Amino acid sequence: MSMPSAGINIENAWLDAFVGVIVIVGLMTVVVMALIYIERKVAARMQNRLGPMRVGPHGTLQSLADALKLIGKEDLRPATADRWIFELAPFAVFVPTFLAFIAIPFTQNLAISFLDLGLFYVVAVTGLSFLGFLLAGWASDNKYALLGGMRAAAQLISYEVPLVLSLLAVSMVAGSLALHEIVEFQGRVPLVVWQPLAFFIFIAAVLAELERQPFDIPTAESEVVGGPFIEYSGIRWSMFFLASYASLFIYSLLGAIVFLGGWNWPLGAEAGLWLQLIWTFAKTSLLILLFIWIRFSFPRLRIDQLMSYCWKVLIPLSFLQIFLNGLVLVYGWPHIFLLLTSGAGLALAGYIIARVGQTEPRKVRLIPVRGGRKATASLTAPEGAEGGSSA
Amino acid sequence: MVQQQELETVDININMGPQHPSTHGVFRMVLTVDGEKVIDVEPHIGYMHRGGEKLSENMDYRQGIGYQDRTDYLTQFLNEQAYCMAVEKLTKLEVPERAEYLRVILCELNRITSHLMFIGAFGIDLGLFGTSFMYAFREREYIQDIFEEVSGERMMYGYFRPGGVVWDVPENFVQRVREVLPQTKQGLKDLDMLLTNNEIFVARSKGVGAISAEDAIDWGLTGPMLRASGVPWDLRKDQPYSVYDRFDFDIPIGQYGDVYDRYLVRLEETHQSIRIVEQALEQLPEGPILPEKLPRKLRAPEGEVYAAVENARGEYGIYIVSKGGDKPYRLKIRSPSFSNLSALRTMTIGNYIADAVAILGSVDIVLCDVDR
Repeated sequence: MSMPSAGINIENAWLDAFVGVIVIVGLMTVVVMALIYIERKVAARMQNRLGPMRVGPHGTLQSLADALKLIGKEDLRPATADRWIFELAPFAVFVPTFLAFIAIPFTQNLAISFLDLGLFYVVAVTGLSFLGFLLAGWASDNKYALLGGMRAAAQLISYEVPLVLSLLAVSMVAGSLALHEIVEFQGRVPLVVWQPLAFFIFIAAVLAELERQPFDIPTAESEVVGGPFIEYSGIRWSMFFLASYASLFIYSLLGAIVFLGGWNWPLGAEAGLWLQLIWTFAKTSLLILLFIWIRFSFPRLRIDQLMSYCWKVLIPLSFLQIFLNGLVLVYGWPHIFLLLTSGAGLALAGYIIARVGQTEPRKVRLIPVRGGRKATASLTAPEGAEGGSSA
Repeated sequence: MVQQQELETVDININMGPQHPSTHGVFRMVLTVDGEKVIDVEPHIGYMHRGGEKLSENMDYRQGIGYQDRTDYLTQFLNEQAYCMAVEKLTKLEVPERAEYLRVILCELNRITSHLMFIGAFGIDLGLFGTSFMYAFREREYIQDIFEEVSGERMMYGYFRPGGVVWDVPENFVQRVREVLPQTKQGLKDLDMLLTNNEIFVARSKGVGAISAEDAIDWGLTGPMLRASGVPWDLRKDQPYSVYDRFDFDIPIGQYGDVYDRYLVRLEETHQSIRIVEQALEQLPEGPILPEKLPRKLRAPEGEVYAAVENARGEYGIYIVSKGGDKPYRLKIRSPSFSNLSALRTMTIGNYIADAVAILGSVDIVLCDVDR
């Protein structure tokens, strides 16, 4: 396939890079501020609240006000912190997230750079960000931060595996690792139809990579009180925050491109630049809303449950998906078999999660008390209880 | 020769509280952890100690009521009930029937608000980002409005008096409560649907912090904590006070005594409280709300009394020693939170840090009640 031309074409390589950086940072900052506002509003709607209402009409400028406040705050560093690591840790989270942005195409002709190994590059680069959490947790000289950093390292490394494997399964079907070629493949049917199991694994792994509920274990507010970020304030804290929302955007964009057909499905490659852009962003927004919805309706898993969920459920399932894909593709069976096998895998996943997890709800026993009765029972063990009836 | 160095691992102490989002007040526990596993817990209490029992010795029997609102600030009516019952026992005051019914209605509504608070906060302890809390608080607010209309106060009601209640309820009280109860039922249904069958909620709470019936009795646990372990002990059933022997209701008991059972028991208790309130509204008689011959200054004969009610957290008891006069010689509060909290170490050791938070949340402590 021919390489499409990049949207930004400037002769001077340095100027080109500079413009690219400006575009990424500028766009991402705006997107992140918008995302924070949207998340707060959606959360408020889910929780019978209004959300931000004060700054600007319906609170639209709240994120800007918060950003300005954070920039104006003092950049505190604990006296016992490891100075250089503490100060550099936010960059170790911030930079990989923004690097991933380079390879992601928005439309057929619009991307900072069209890489042949785009998918590989994106997962490789975003996988680096765990280092920043570990560094921040270690350098803060705080036990909560240390716990959080260790949790982050364990979680992000574990979930990198199913994430990569699910994307690998997709690229097997599409026959390419270049993101624009994967989108081109989805001209008629988006890949989520052929690979529902891979999509499920992708969503679960992305939730963990983003450290959002139900996998917000490293930063668990009610346990380790913010985890690695506990000692950070002002601009450094806001860099972590920016990076976390930027990754939300990037992973959603990746999901929209890889699974939901990006700009290509259902309009086809002939649609204009703006229509393609709108279509990509609409699909991205759909995934973002899904992540927000999940965040505000699920409690948090425990670290051991998280790890066993990854290693005992997600990774075997993603290997299963790859094996099934290999079977179908090697023997050249029609694509419908991809759907059938992957759908069966998804049903299996549902069964495993529902049945093996020992999570069927219980009911209480009810001991009736009837009016007029003067009871004189004494403290008795349950087997001594009389008049018990099941609920 | 390569020198082999063994990596040394140490247990670290984590100081959780007194400023921590999930210790429900100024409670501090020092966790000794081996990685994520808790191997020892040392609870520290006393940050909220205000010497209330001593203060009560210097207040006459009516002034002492105000202090009862400030121990367990989520079940104020129930505490006032216990205190008034003790004083009535001591001074042999007869409570008019209407006052008894009003007390029961308000106490059961108060139990609902307290359990709603628990359900909401428990969701946060398990990591739900405030959704359960907002829903629980909306329902709680409707009932809180009724309390405000009745007593004129939002939190420190001071509405019960030895011998009855201070003034009669507003005219539309019965109608207002009848209006609110369906809303509460709907709200409880919402919370039930949000939490009870939630896969992750069940995974996090099932089998965590289980305590056997024998241990629960040995530690002196009462209330939902005890009933979750399968012991059907409820003072409303076993030592019926006030007019509780006139209502049909069920006592929910659990089976395993784990965090999930405690949640289920509390959720079911709210439904049972609604049942009691509905029956009490049906039976609510007209009549006086205070005894006709109430002395201006309440003087008690010498003696010792103990009166206890089934608070939302367990047995809330008041022990009064009187040497005559208008003030108690000594007043002791048997607070359920304190006794329930004492089993924390037994329940927590061997669990994960995240479970420690869930277990502490499931005890449903009020620190003002623990320290008094």
